[in-house]
Amino acid sequence: MAAVADTISNVQSRLLVPSTATKNQVITIKTLIQHPMYSGFTKDSSGKTIAREIIHSFTCTFNGQPVFAMDLNPAISANPFIEFPVKVDQSGTFEFTWVDDNGATYKNQAQITVS
Amino acid sequence: MRFLRLIVVAGVALALALVLPHAVVSQSAYPELSSQLSAYSHGSEKSGFLYLDPQTKTMETDDFSNPGFLWIDAAAKLWSTPDGTAGKSCESCHGAPSSMKGVGAKYPMYDVATHNIIDLEQRINMERVNRMGAAPYKWEAKDLVALTAFVKLQSRGMPVAVDASGPAHSFWLDGKKIYETRRGQLDMSCEECHVQFADHKLRSDVLSQGQTNGFPLYRLDWQSLGSVQKRFKGCMENVRAKPFEFGSQEMVDLELYVASRGNGLPVETPAVRK
Repeated sequence: MAAVADTISNVQSRLLVPSTATKNQVITIKTLIQHPMYSGFTKDSSGKTIAREIIHSFTCTFNGQPVFAMDLNPAISANPFIEFPVKVDQSGTFEFTWVDDNGATYKNQAQITVS
Repeated sequence: MRFLRLIVVAGVALALALVLPHAVVSQSAYPELSSQLSAYSHGSEKSGFLYLDPQTKTMETDDFSNPGFLWIDAAAKLWSTPDGTAGKSCESCHGAPSSMKGVGAKYPMYDVATHNIIDLEQRINMERVNRMGAAPYKWEAKDLVALTAFVKLQSRGMPVAVDASGPAHSFWLDGKKIYETRRGQLDMSCEECHVQFADHKLRSDVLSQGQTNGFPLYRLDWQSLGSVQKRFKGCMENVRAKPFEFGSQEMVDLELYVASRGNGLPVETPAVRK
């Protein structure tokens, strides 16, 4: 596992954010990221315990202001899928940040135009 | 906060895409299942899709929530990334990925140059070695599985059309023999479960026909995309037999036979299974 990866080049994430919305519309944001989410309870083929390595936090900001955050725990499956609704009243940029146990930070962003 | 009126109005759905109403419908850039094949069956042949829980079906049919598309995204980049001494990418010769439409539905197929049956993974590796001057991928390498799925996705919705006649026939017969041979400590053959006892219960699960139209697919058990040979290996281990090596003649023959059983089913790659 890469110790630090602040680009998304070696870790795939997917975002589904509508590119346009009307003022005060509630939009649905979907995110998916590729991550093994080793719970710390599994063993590899030689019987050795695989150290815990999960994405433990996820945050979403809009124009720098937090709009959604969550803590993730070891029972969450690999490649976590997160979906949440957000009400938007202006155009701007959503920034998404996933942080894992090794301190690696994965970022992605999406623009929205509100009319 | 004066100018910002953003309100998070509800919680999170983790793989519970059914629970929340969808304000956004994901638009896929890839071919969809045609209406004739949207029943996921062809005559008496039934895709593994029909054996899934509703939640897993939803996960597969939404190209966003389908985790297999993480691999597809990676492969879409690989498609146009040059590799090897020739400085070529897949795109240099083939152009747009849509040029691969129909290709994935025909594999495994007889290769005239090697006088042997080859599957799509082997074809990709041959192209890498012969045309790109690049090292072949290892079996089940993420890039190989991703590219295989990416090529096959271009044929999504088309009927599986594997040709088991002519020079491929003897390989097909070998595959059929492997399929029907009891093996392992449990002394079971593929055919017993997936033909004789298909639609019967095995513990809490219903046995499917073991169709391979959705491979490479995302298996929730694996938590990753995997090839059909990885699935064969798992099945053989389940009956406590020594699995064939990845890429061996036996594996490819078996792949040909099993694929031919599902001729007419829609290509579903990347499918989602339990």
